[in-house]
Amino acid sequence: MSPLIELLLRSVFLDNLALSFFLGMCTFLAVSKRVDTAIGVGLAMLVVQTVTVPVNNLIYTQLLAPGALAWAGFGDVDLSFLRLIAFIGVIAAMVQVLEMTLEFHLPRLHRAMGIFLPLITVNCAILGGSLFMVERSYGIAESVVYGFGSGLGWALAIVMFAAIRERLKYADIPDGLQGLGINFIVAGIMSLGFMAFAGMG
Amino acid sequence: MADSNWRILTRPLIDDNPLTLQILGICSALAVTTSLDTALLMSLVVVCVLALGSAVVSMMRRQLPHSVRIIVQITVIATLVIVVDQLLQAYAYDLSKRLSVFVGLIITNCIVLGRAEGFAMHNGVVASTLDGIGNGLGYSLILVTVGAIREFFGKGSLLNLQILVPTSQGGSFEPLQLMLLPPSAFFIIGGLIWLIRRRRPRQVEKPDFSLRLQERASK
Repeated sequence: MSPLIELLLRSVFLDNLALSFFLGMCTFLAVSKRVDTAIGVGLAMLVVQTVTVPVNNLIYTQLLAPGALAWAGFGDVDLSFLRLIAFIGVIAAMVQVLEMTLEFHLPRLHRAMGIFLPLITVNCAILGGSLFMVERSYGIAESVVYGFGSGLGWALAIVMFAAIRERLKYADIPDGLQGLGINFIVAGIMSLGFMAFAGMG
Repeated sequence: MADSNWRILTRPLIDDNPLTLQILGICSALAVTTSLDTALLMSLVVVCVLALGSAVVSMMRRQLPHSVRIIVQITVIATLVIVVDQLLQAYAYDLSKRLSVFVGLIITNCIVLGRAEGFAMHNGVVASTLDGIGNGLGYSLILVTVGAIREFFGKGSLLNLQILVPTSQGGSFEPLQLMLLPPSAFFIIGGLIWLIRRRRPRQVEKPDFSLRLQERASK
């Protein structure tokens, strides 16, 4: 298997952002009451993640990494401490651009996503994806694949979770576990299921 | 200390806990709890960022135009997090490597932004700082409990001090591998929520659809 396909499968299943790194949990638990809203959020997440990880990769390797400014004569400048604030800025800007583009060209999809698009800015899965990209020093091709794969994995997880929650409405749950408690336990069981992919590599 | 301030500080511990009731900041809480020392360090960092962030936002609340408040709040939080991140890398390099990206992720931790937006924008500096500390402590309480349970049952140790001798070294304790894997964090927090809500029935959520009501109606 080529390394890129392996990375794709790995980021979708084994290193699933929601279920094995707990990223984007707040959104994951808060907007998974119904399958159709979950699909909307998942889609928004997939698009934003696919765009921001490669863009952040370019910004990091071309401007912020130690020695990246050698072309401008600042070979010994290390701006990597600025990466948090740079990434959050890129994410906020990307979400804004995406929102305007969608509103102009695809108004129906824009309406379907509604409030979830701006909320993506403060979703830790997006920032987490970019930070993992730096930590594991992915190249540009790898970051495109990783961005797409991790977004897809998150979308898959939230849609499946929402489907289970729709069914759970009719279950007889002890009072104290009602709502948030049972959601945690369901997410735990799903995460256990995803761990089974560990044998895949 | 005035009575109301004391309540602001203690309410988020159990009665209004950010993790188990407000559903804030779950993302980072689960990933750093495989051992007690990372959980403690993360708690300390979050309490500091939360207290300082709330204080700064509260100081600026009268000057901030409404339309740009979110981006200003994020910038304040991001600056604090960068400072903390650099400090950790300088003084506790090994631990900061183990926390990996999760220190950076405090920026998008909903507790910090949620308290800044929900409390510090409308309250004075002292009250906001106390609210920040209180919420930070509420978060820490859950984090440390989960961290202690996971480390104790997963490795038989606390803070890297071996308490139970594992079978591989001739002891009688069989380490529970599941505790070191991600799913256990979900189960433990789910269980904690159950425990808290048994004690505080006021927090119990109303089901959307109740089987018991249906049974009664059909009779």
